[in-house]
Amino acid sequence: MNEKSVSAAERRELAGAADEREAGAPPSSEPRQGKTRVPAAEGWFSMDEAAPVLLGERGTESGSYFWPTAVATSGNPHAFGEERAPAELSRTGRLWSWTTNHYPPPEPYVAPDPFVPYTVCAVELDAERMVVLGGLATGADAGQLEAGMEMELVLGTLFEDDEHEYVVWQWAPLRRPS
Amino acid sequence: MSNDRDIAILGAAMHPWGKWGRNFVEYGVVAAQGALADAGVGWDDIQFVSGADTMRNGYPGYVSGATFAQALGWNGAQVASSYAACASGVTALSTARAQILAGFCDVALVVGADTTPKGFLAPNKGERGDDPDWLRFRLLGATNPTYFGLYARRRMEMFGATREDFARVKVKNARHGLGNPYARYRKEVSVDDVLHAPIVSDPLGLLDICATSDGAAALVVCSLDYARSRGVTDPVRVRAISTVTPSYPQTTIELPNFATDSAAGAGGVPAHGFKESIAVRAYAEAGIGPDDLDCAEVYDLSTAMELDWYEQIGLCAPGDAEKLLRDGATALGGRVPVNASGGLASFGEAVPAQAIAQVCELTWQVQGRAEGRQVEGARVGLSINQGLFGHGSAVIVSA
Repeated sequence: MNEKSVSAAERRELAGAADEREAGAPPSSEPRQGKTRVPAAEGWFSMDEAAPVLLGERGTESGSYFWPTAVATSGNPHAFGEERAPAELSRTGRLWSWTTNHYPPPEPYVAPDPFVPYTVCAVELDAERMVVLGGLATGADAGQLEAGMEMELVLGTLFEDDEHEYVVWQWAPLRRPS
Repeated sequence: MSNDRDIAILGAAMHPWGKWGRNFVEYGVVAAQGALADAGVGWDDIQFVSGADTMRNGYPGYVSGATFAQALGWNGAQVASSYAACASGVTALSTARAQILAGFCDVALVVGADTTPKGFLAPNKGERGDDPDWLRFRLLGATNPTYFGLYARRRMEMFGATREDFARVKVKNARHGLGNPYARYRKEVSVDDVLHAPIVSDPLGLLDICATSDGAAALVVCSLDYARSRGVTDPVRVRAISTVTPSYPQTTIELPNFATDSAAGAGGVPAHGFKESIAVRAYAEAGIGPDDLDCAEVYDLSTAMELDWYEQIGLCAPGDAEKLLRDGATALGGRVPVNASGGLASFGEAVPAQAIAQVCELTWQVQGRAEGRQVEGARVGLSINQGLFGHGSAVIVSA
């Protein structure tokens, strides 16, 4: 069983790699400014700023992964009604596709004023064999993206109010130390 | 070509697509009256009314079958109302077919109509933390074109497709739609026009993505015996209706999901992806294959998605769609014209009416009545679409 496909040691290494990303790519967490950082969606991901993970489940019979668990996802019909155990998803994957949106979307998206184009990535996780959407890490350059490149999970600020920063998972290009 | 589960299409009609801003019921009534006139059937003769619902027009839209029946004048017919996102129209048709084939009625009216707001289709209001359709906007800003953009970029990365290839789909469909009196946009478009339109969801621009429209479409359908009793001995037939759900694991990211299913578990990956499986079921039910098609109406929500459909309905192998388009095979005069109506590119999407409109177009094509856009000698056509949450549909119609 491979509930945690990235070991703690690997995570520390990845977090280190994240710190060494090229200039232009920001660290995965924003300046605090005294505001409390809270998840924009409770229970979807861990709030580990250095090495966040998506919080999913795994079928105890089928071995299939399920995420997000807050909304209905298809069960594996080959293991109908199976039990599921909590499982963290891989923190890294390969970029399947991406798109940059140039028009403000309707509510409930909280668009900054003035509006800033934003990029949505689809990243394929090897162990889970699933594609997971996520925003491109704040400040990362969409012009540098290529299909198949390695991406890692980071946290970023989706929007904020007077007291809170609402945090969401994002995908950042992973640049390993050479 | 027939089997004992065919039903007949006696009449087809539409209200022109546009941005009219009136009550959707008005459009539905116009389409219904047109279909009845086309069929030569009186409203009093209709035994079953099957409505395709709209979610953006309050309660009357949720009970569209009764709404249309009331507007036409209560006649005591049985009624049903169906919602299946973009597949709503075919779900309504499927319900009518089941009633006819079960012998509960002889003749039915199928109607779908919509009035759409300006701009992006948005989720329903309110804080709904357990509704993926609300959450995708909240957490990702993942509009519908976001998903279209992901597919288009994937085609470029996988198959070397270009923005010019996508633009050629729009150019073709705009040309097809020129002669269609029901189309909203009837204007030639050049590759340059498409390339220079403002980018919406990169690599797709404003002219790569279909608009949302007001419109209505209706069909009068009946048993083959009923058609004969009206003197129609060789009617247009509905040969197949497919409304299959995906098979697990669904490995392509689909609206409104945050992730695909995991293919890592027991059971492996199914032989066909979801969109392919919709067509496969329709072909099996009709006992034909892609080579038997004379024309097709596919859901070109974006230009790039029309290319995906060529492969998904078996017109060519994956990666060959751009060549098929460039060779002119899918243009009027080609081997198998696609979206001779002008498609969503010329209509814009009126959700509950669109799938019915596709069947109207196929009906006119196989009858040789598609003036200004007729596919020479068309006998067999397929329509296909996909909605949200695992709803999709395909219909095969033959002369």
